[in-house]
Amino acid sequence: MINLLTNNWSAFINGFGWTLLSSVLALFFSLIIGSLFAILEVVPNKFLRIVGNVYVEIFRNIPLLVITMFFYLVIPLYVVKINGFTAGTIGLTIYTSAFIAETVRAGINSVDVGQMEAARSQGMNFWKAMRYIVLPQAFKLVIPPLGNQFVNLVKNSSVLAFVAGFDLMYQGNAIASQTFDTVNTYLIVGAFYLIITLPISYYMRYLEKKLA
Amino acid sequence: MSMIEFRDVQKYYGEFHALKDINLKIDKGETVVLIGPSGSGKSTLARTVNGLETIQKGQLIVNGRDIAEKSTDINRIRKDVGMVFQHFNLYANKDVLENVMLAPRIVLKLNEEENKKNAMALLDRVGLADKAHNMPSQISGGQKQRVAIARSLAMKPRCMLFDEPTSALDPEMIDDVLGVIKYVTSQSDMTSLIVTHEMGFAEEVANRVIFMDQGQILEDDPKDVFFDHPTNDRARKFLSKIIKH
Repeated sequence: MINLLTNNWSAFINGFGWTLLSSVLALFFSLIIGSLFAILEVVPNKFLRIVGNVYVEIFRNIPLLVITMFFYLVIPLYVVKINGFTAGTIGLTIYTSAFIAETVRAGINSVDVGQMEAARSQGMNFWKAMRYIVLPQAFKLVIPPLGNQFVNLVKNSSVLAFVAGFDLMYQGNAIASQTFDTVNTYLIVGAFYLIITLPISYYMRYLEKKLA
Repeated sequence: MSMIEFRDVQKYYGEFHALKDINLKIDKGETVVLIGPSGSGKSTLARTVNGLETIQKGQLIVNGRDIAEKSTDINRIRKDVGMVFQHFNLYANKDVLENVMLAPRIVLKLNEEENKKNAMALLDRVGLADKAHNMPSQISGGQKQRVAIARSLAMKPRCMLFDEPTSALDPEMIDDVLGVIKYVTSQSDMTSLIVTHEMGFAEEVANRVIFMDQGQILEDDPKDVFFDHPTNDRARKFLSKIIKH
């Protein structure tokens, strides 16, 4: 196994790097997009609420692979040329943002309505009340479930392998088909994923305890 | 001049007629106490004054502006109308001082130094200056309610709404809170609408008492008239039940 690792070190590290980059980008953008749609789902305006709802329900209920393939094959055909890595990361971002939106919305809904009423009664508009009072409390409540979403996101990034995203899974497939040492290759790939996901899990558990 | 005026106001929750033909004028500087059995609509009435509940018909003029009018900026009205809630609703993510300073900072754009000076003076007035850096979860119910009153006063309102301010408190906490409310109502230019079950307190601070039942105002009297000889039958029954204990 050590030989396999050292012989293919640059390929593994390369894949690890792309997986990490894709995960970080998708995490950053899905957190922003997801939070925006979560807020859309609770605004007073009914039309915006429907927009938020439709987005979440559509992308939460389509397989990640389908969304990714759409960006990889369909968008370049009609809109703009994008490579596999970009298509995969966009797919991952959109898919994850729908789950994050649901998570954050649940957090917003579990903040006592009295908090919003007090803020509004002092003359703050809806957005100020959200920003200063409701959202800070909501995010604190949803840290544990958000951590789960982040771990899922890293694991789901293996979808890049299907669209030539050069990620860890893609490199693993390539190495396995060259060396025929499937057992050790996928053990090593699994270990690399754990390097990213375990620290997230432990950090979330730590935060959960600290905030409880 | 009137601070709050209801003209033929109707409020529905779906089919349920929560406020029926409300006509009521509260003058500047008056302290009006609103009493009645639970479910009579008194909290709902108080909450319409700052638009937390919308009305379906009629006019509701607060500080010269009709709340039911689409063009009315509700946030503009709310700057001048403070509200104290039954369950305090202190901002759980802010400490006591920040609770008082937040709205003046972001709504009134008051400068930081003046804001802090005001806030500390108010906390001192309600006897909680030493709790300025505690979180709401670290203080008692009575203390929370006094902070909530200080928070409302920090906006320099012209009018205060108290929605059952002592109903969620332990008995030994009530007096401190009532003391602070008494101070607020004693300011000559402050208009107050108080929903309460504390009859002794009502008798002490009220200029006028309004009795509500089933969404209607049944009695609207000067304090002495109300407590001595209410004309309405249901008001009389309600009083006799409450005063007994």
